[in-house]
Amino acid sequence: MAIRVAGALESKPKKGVVDPIESLGRTILRARVLEDKLGNLYRAGRIVGGVYLGKGQEALSGAGGLALRKGDIFAPLIRDMAGRLGFGEPMVDALRAYLGSRLGPMKGRDGNIHRGDLTRGILPMISHLGAMLSTVAGVLVAKRMKGEKGRVGLTCAGDGATSTGSFHEGLNLAAVERLPLVVVVADNGYAYSTSRDRQFACEDLVDRAKGYGVEGHGVDGTDPMACWRVLHHAVERAREGAGPQLVVGKLLRLCGHGEHDDGSYVEKKMKSSERGRDCLKVMEEGMKKRGQEKEWQGWREEAQREVEEAVAKVSAEPVPDPFEEDWRATQSAGMAEVMVAS
Amino acid sequence: MSVTYLDAIRSAQEKALRDDPRVFIYGQDVGRFGGAFKATKNLAEKFPGRVMDSPISEDAMVGMAVGAAMEGMRPIVEMQFADFSTVGLNQMLNHAATTFWRTGKPCPMVLRLPSGGTPGSGPFHSQSMEAIYSHYPGIVVMTPATVEDAYTMLLEAIELPDPVVFCEHKLLYYHLKSEALPESAVPAFRARVVRAGRDITCVTYSAMVHEAVAAAEELAEEGYEVEVVDLRTVKPLDTDTVLASVARTGRLLAVGESWPWGGASAEVVARVASEGFELLDAPPKRLNAKDTPIPYHPNLWAAHRPTAVRIAAGLREVLRY
Ligand SMILES: Cc1ncc(C[n+]2csc(CCOP(=O)(O)OP(=O)(O)O)c2C)c(N)n1
Ligand SMILES: [Mg+2]
Repeated sequence: MAIRVAGALESKPKKGVVDPIESLGRTILRARVLEDKLGNLYRAGRIVGGVYLGKGQEALSGAGGLALRKGDIFAPLIRDMAGRLGFGEPMVDALRAYLGSRLGPMKGRDGNIHRGDLTRGILPMISHLGAMLSTVAGVLVAKRMKGEKGRVGLTCAGDGATSTGSFHEGLNLAAVERLPLVVVVADNGYAYSTSRDRQFACEDLVDRAKGYGVEGHGVDGTDPMACWRVLHHAVERAREGAGPQLVVGKLLRLCGHGEHDDGSYVEKKMKSSERGRDCLKVMEEGMKKRGQEKEWQGWREEAQREVEEAVAKVSAEPVPDPFEEDWRATQSAGMAEVMVAS
Repeated sequence: MSVTYLDAIRSAQEKALRDDPRVFIYGQDVGRFGGAFKATKNLAEKFPGRVMDSPISEDAMVGMAVGAAMEGMRPIVEMQFADFSTVGLNQMLNHAATTFWRTGKPCPMVLRLPSGGTPGSGPFHSQSMEAIYSHYPGIVVMTPATVEDAYTMLLEAIELPDPVVFCEHKLLYYHLKSEALPESAVPAFRARVVRAGRDITCVTYSAMVHEAVAAAEELAEEGYEVEVVDLRTVKPLDTDTVLASVARTGRLLAVGESWPWGGASAEVVARVASEGFELLDAPPKRLNAKDTPIPYHPNLWAAHRPTAVRIAAGLREVLRY
């Protein structure tokens, strides 16, 4: 490991050791507060279409985003608000996608979690699960060909997405090319309503690393410091040239699949297991033990202010106008099929 | 009692499971959860072991159905959204579709596709895929527009010895209602005249039938009688019913929700132009979605797809010629 990182949350780190507590704490709080707000906006009818939240998954996701640097590539999935914020996606961009502002990077053409910004190195996901692995691999191949060194690509997937052919093909390809790709699997035990035993027959997804010939790391996804350590380590390994890294975090999503879903199929014993811990509560407890309760509260209040301001700003922005759209799907002009009767 | 389009689909599957031990259902979340749209609600409980949750593996799901069909079963595969069936295309187009022709043995399976646009669904949860599937020989492609057709056509699809792609429109799932399940069916593979008229023929299918009927009502107030033809099944395509209608009206507008390049509406115009040229008093025209991915924002989506207003404008244009 390149950097020594503080171990447990309870004790303040020694000198010379990086203390991620503030960056991680702020990131997961911002994500949670923003997502609570999105849920409210959805229930108030202000969001058309689905709302998919990452409650309970902030530590794993946020640690991934924070482990990256500017110039790296991030391809988040549906529960990665924390990772996005950690990597530097502006909060207003998230809200623009959800509230349908014309000013967002997707201009209202695509929405919610399908947002991204290629200029920032954030790939906008397509819905088809598993598709992003090979795409990030392609970005990394291109960087290698261009002689750009020291870049890492990180993409996220759920336990269910590991069943896709694309996931397999993408990870295998990256392994063959020994690309600096980090794949973070949030194993939350369910894919929509389908429990992991209907999804795969292996005990732990991290065991698959060996079969792909890549390095694997298991982590308790509810433990923020452990997530930070493991993600940081995996990203550094990839950056050092150790090839693809498979990180598998065990946790639970503490919300429905989408806000339309109550998640009633999640078994009680899952909820009361270690997986069911809320990483924000874990962090808050740790902060208390360190005597930094006030700081935590302060970060929360700052996040609340930031969210309210961003919502107010985006709410006043213009919505997409079909008459100003150019309705062009190709950069080459004059390619669109124009209907005779349209 | 009222029956929705979705109820009809669930009821047809229930009947098939009850009547035919070869039938089983495979798809993501179709088991106890009853499917993303609840098209298989309660079926797993009623038919233990025959309504199974699949992994998120569309390619393998379709491939498994091909094998089961070869072995004499009647699998129904539910895609969570039509859009994700692209991942299973290889098995469907290269395997299911070629099996009878290559082996002389049937491949009876149904691929259910929750299709079409709804507000806020965006580029990957809105697609209509009938054009792609229809292009390949060896597949039947059904696009029911009514509660009655959803029920009777799904039962037909399950009985057919060939692979069937069953395009269900999500916009119709919950709000399209009928009094009761139908007792009889329109003959298989035949189009249906939904509304008779003598001035112009509007040929369409799936959710666009309802937009076309609304457009016809608008034009009725202007004194035009629009004949609306619902194709019901886009492959095979019932050219006879279409030509008979054009013979009555002399004018044609073909409408489809999918993209303009090729597809069912293009096929209709091509057939009428070549086989019914003398019947026409005006050039036949088409109306489809715009040639971009399907937009997320409702403002853009509403302008992207054909609507009653746009269909009415299209009809007027052909009538003016
Ligand atoms: C190829 C493909 N098939 C189906 C879907 C529909 N779908 C969206 S999310 C989801 C469940 C994903 O589960 P998992 O990967 O475990 O992620 P989680 O939702 O638990 O974060 C499904 C089936 C999809 N997006 N892509
Ligand atoms: Mg999952």
